[in-house]
Amino acid sequence: MIKLPSSLKGIMGVRWLRRLSQALFLTAFVVLIYLTEFSFTSVKGPDDSISPSPWLNLFFNIDPISGLVTGIASWLIYGSLLLGLIILITTIFFGRFFCGWICPLGSINHMFSAFKSERKSRRGINLVESNKYHRYQAWKYYIFFGLIALGLLGSVQTGLFDPITIAGRSIGLVLIPALNAALTGIANFLSGSPVGFIALVGKGIFAVGSGTLIYFKQPHFQGIFWLTLIFVAILVSNRVFTRFWCRGLCPLGAFLGIMSRYSIFGLKKFQDKCTDCNLCLYHCQGGDDPHWNVPHRRAECHLCLNCQADCPEGALSFGFQSKSKAYDSAPDLTRRRAIVAGIAGLVAFPIIRSGDTFARKNQFIRPPGSLIEKDFLKRCIRCGQCMKICPTNALQPALLQSGWEGIFTPVLVAQIGYCEHYCTLCSQVCPTGAITRLELRAKIGDDLTPPTRIGSAFFDKGRCLPWASGITCIVCEEWCPTSPKAIWLEETEVIARDGTKKSIKLPHVNPDMCTGCGACEYACPVTGSPGIYVTSANETRDPERSLLLRKRK
Amino acid sequence: MSDSNIKRRDFIKLAGKAVLLSAVTGGGGYLLSKNEYSPPAMTTLSLNGNRLLPADLAYPDLAVVKAGDHAQATRTAVDLLGGIERFISRGDIVTIKPNIGWDRTPAQGANTNPILVKTVAQLCFDAGAKKVIATDMPCNDARRTFARSGIEESLKAIGADIVLPEERFFVQVDLGGEILGKWPVLRQFLENDKLINMPVVKHHNLSLATIGMKNWYGVLGGPRNRLHQMVDVSIADLSSYFRPSLIIVDATRVMIRNGPVGGRSSDVEIRDTVIAATDQVAADSYACGFLGLAPSALKYLSYGESRGLGKISGYRIINQEIA
Repeated sequence: MIKLPSSLKGIMGVRWLRRLSQALFLTAFVVLIYLTEFSFTSVKGPDDSISPSPWLNLFFNIDPISGLVTGIASWLIYGSLLLGLIILITTIFFGRFFCGWICPLGSINHMFSAFKSERKSRRGINLVESNKYHRYQAWKYYIFFGLIALGLLGSVQTGLFDPITIAGRSIGLVLIPALNAALTGIANFLSGSPVGFIALVGKGIFAVGSGTLIYFKQPHFQGIFWLTLIFVAILVSNRVFTRFWCRGLCPLGAFLGIMSRYSIFGLKKFQDKCTDCNLCLYHCQGGDDPHWNVPHRRAECHLCLNCQADCPEGALSFGFQSKSKAYDSAPDLTRRRAIVAGIAGLVAFPIIRSGDTFARKNQFIRPPGSLIEKDFLKRCIRCGQCMKICPTNALQPALLQSGWEGIFTPVLVAQIGYCEHYCTLCSQVCPTGAITRLELRAKIGDDLTPPTRIGSAFFDKGRCLPWASGITCIVCEEWCPTSPKAIWLEETEVIARDGTKKSIKLPHVNPDMCTGCGACEYACPVTGSPGIYVTSANETRDPERSLLLRKRK
Repeated sequence: MSDSNIKRRDFIKLAGKAVLLSAVTGGGGYLLSKNEYSPPAMTTLSLNGNRLLPADLAYPDLAVVKAGDHAQATRTAVDLLGGIERFISRGDIVTIKPNIGWDRTPAQGANTNPILVKTVAQLCFDAGAKKVIATDMPCNDARRTFARSGIEESLKAIGADIVLPEERFFVQVDLGGEILGKWPVLRQFLENDKLINMPVVKHHNLSLATIGMKNWYGVLGGPRNRLHQMVDVSIADLSSYFRPSLIIVDATRVMIRNGPVGGRSSDVEIRDTVIAATDQVAADSYACGFLGLAPSALKYLSYGESRGLGKISGYRIINQEIA
C-alpha cells in the first residue's frame, strides 16, 4: 500500500468514496420518495391515464429481502424485484458493502452514531469495548430465520424490519409530510409579515418550493405516532451502541451476512505490524472485530473502510483474499439456533392467523387491484409507496384494523380521501404486486365487464340530511363517479315540523353499480360520522365477500 | 469580603436582569392576552368580483355560433359581441374561470372544452393582455383534473398561466350574500382586471343545470358541500358578487344526463355550439335549452333576475351557423 502523509490520507482515502456513495444513495432515496406523488415525473398515457415513473421504486426493487420473502411466499418474483439479484450476487463476492455504502437507513444510523457524545459509554475504552463483537449481533439472524419461516407459510412480515421499507415509511409518511408542513408554515408566516423584505423571503420560498419541495397539498397520515416512535427509537439506539439496529436487528444485514460467506474480498490483518492500539475499533461500524489477535468476522463487516483508514501502522487493508485462518467467514449462528428461530416463526403463524383478521368481520378497504387478503399478505412489504402516491391521501397505514399481520399495510380511509375513479397510480407503483397492476378499463369496467369494486356504500339514514332531517342535500349523488350513478334519487314529500309539506330528493345506493370508492363518504357534509359510508362489502378481490345474487345466464 | 456576600454592583446587575425578564414575560403575556379567542385572521380583501363592463346597445347580449371548428366558433361568437378588444384592454390581467371540476377527459364533457379555453386565452393575448390566468377549485384532485381535462396542456402551449388552487391562494372575503357571508375565495378571481367565465353545459340533479352561474362554486374553498341545502340561493349569491366581463358557454359537448360528472359517451350530446354573452342570466337561460329545460325550471335564474343580474327573456340574441 502506498503511504500517504496523514493529512492527505484523510481527504484522499478511499473512505471518502464511501462517504460520497452514502450521501449519493441517501439523497437519491429521499428524492425518489419525494417524487412519489402526482408530480412532473408522472406520464400521461394514450388513453389519458396517468402513470408514475418506473424509477420511483428503484430502492424497493433492488432490496433482495423483499424479492426473497415475497418470492417464497407467493412463488412469484413480481415486477422488477429480480433486480435484488444485483445486490445479492455482488454481496456473494464482496460482502456486505450494501450496508456500508448504499443502505439509506444504514447511512442514517451511521450519521447518528458518529455524533460526538459526552456519554462515558461512548468514549475511550468503553467505546472500544462496545465496538467489539457482541452476542446481541446474532439476534438479526434469528429475526431473519423467523421471517423466512413466516414467509414460507404465506405471511410476509419483512416490511416491519427491512431497513429499506422502514426508511421508506419513516421518510415518506413522517419526515416528508413534516418537512412540508414546516416549510409551508415558515413561508406562510414570513409572507404574512408587514415588513416587505421578510414577506418577500416568504413569497420566495413559495416561488421556489411550490411543486418541488412544497407539495400541492399537505399529506396527512394516521398512526404517525407509531411510525415516528419506531424511527426515533432506531435513531436513538445509535447513541448507546454504534449502529445497534444494523448490527443487532436488521434482517437484510443478516441475509447479506449469510450470503457473504464465500466472499473473496475483505479485511486483511497484518498481525506483525499491529501494535494492539485498538484505534481500528473507534469507528468500526459493523462490530466485526478488526483488532489484534481475533479472527475478523466477515459476516458483520460493512466494508466502511474506517479501520483501514484509522490504523496508524498500515496493519489493516481491504483486498482480495482466499480463505485463511485470519478471518471467520461464517456468521455467529448455530444450526440449533437457526432452527429454533425458524420454529418460532412457524409457531407465530397459527397464532396470528387464528386472530380475527380471517374471521368474517373485516371492515377495512384495500386499494383497488389488491389481491385477496391471504395473497395480499404474501406480497405487501408496507413500503408506503401507494399511500405516498395516492392523490387524494385516501390510502393510510393500517394500525391494527387488519390484524397483527397487516400493521402499516394500506387501507382506504374515505373520510380523509376517496378512490379517484380514473386513477390507478397505487396499483402501478406497488413494487411487489400486492396491488396488482390495474388497467384503466379493468378498473372502471364497461358494458360487459363489471368494475373493480373495493367495497360498497351504505346510508346511515339517521344521519343523512334528507333522510334524517328532511333537508335538501344529495352531494353524494353529485360526486358519484359511475355512469349511470350508483346513487339514485327518490323524489318524495316530507312533512316539516310545522306541518307543511315539502318536496325532497332522497338518495339511495344501487349496490350493483357502486364501486366502493368512497367519494360519497368523503363529500358528505355530515362530519364526524358521515351520512353515507363505505365498507368492504362486495369487494371484487374476494368472491366470498360478494354481496348480490344474480341469475346465471 | 467573603464569597457569600454579594457585591452591590452585582446585586444591581442581577436584579436589573430579573426585572427586565419579568417585564418582558409579563408585558408579552399582557399584550398577547385577549378576553376571547379570535381565530388567526386571514387577510380580508376589500376587492370585489364585479368586472362588468358598461352595456353597449350596439351589440347583442348573446351570440350563438354553431360550427364543427370549435376555435372558429369561439372567435366568431366573440366577434359578434364586438370583438375581443371590446372586453380586453392592453396590459390587462385576465382571469379565466373554466369548469375543470372533475377528473375527466375532454370527450366526456365534464369540463370546459380545452380548445375553447385556449382560443379565448389566445384572443386575450392578441388584444394585449399582460397576463392570462386560468384556475378553478375542482371537486376532484386539481392536479389530475387540470392534466386530464387537457386544459393545462393547451394553456401552457400558448404561455398562459394555469394556477393550482393552493391553500395559500385563498383569502377570506365577505361575499355579502343572502346565505354566503365570509368565505375563502381563490384570490386569482379577485386580483384581476377582467374576469371571463367559461362554463360548460351540464345536467345536475339538484340545480337541474350546471352552466355559468353555478360555475362560480369553483372560486370557493371551505365546506361548500353545505351549500347544496340552498343551492339556488347560493348560486344567486355568487353571481351577484362575481360579475364577469365576458361569458363563453361551451355547448360543444353537452352532458345531458348523469351530471355533473358523467362518464360514458352516451351521457354527452355533440352540439358544436359556442355562446358568447355579457349577461349571466341570459346566457344560462338560453343554454339550459340544450338540456331540454325551460328557464322557468331553474329557480336560481329568477332569483338572479330579481336581483337585477340579467334577463331571463327578452335579451337580444344573434345566431350564426358556420358550415
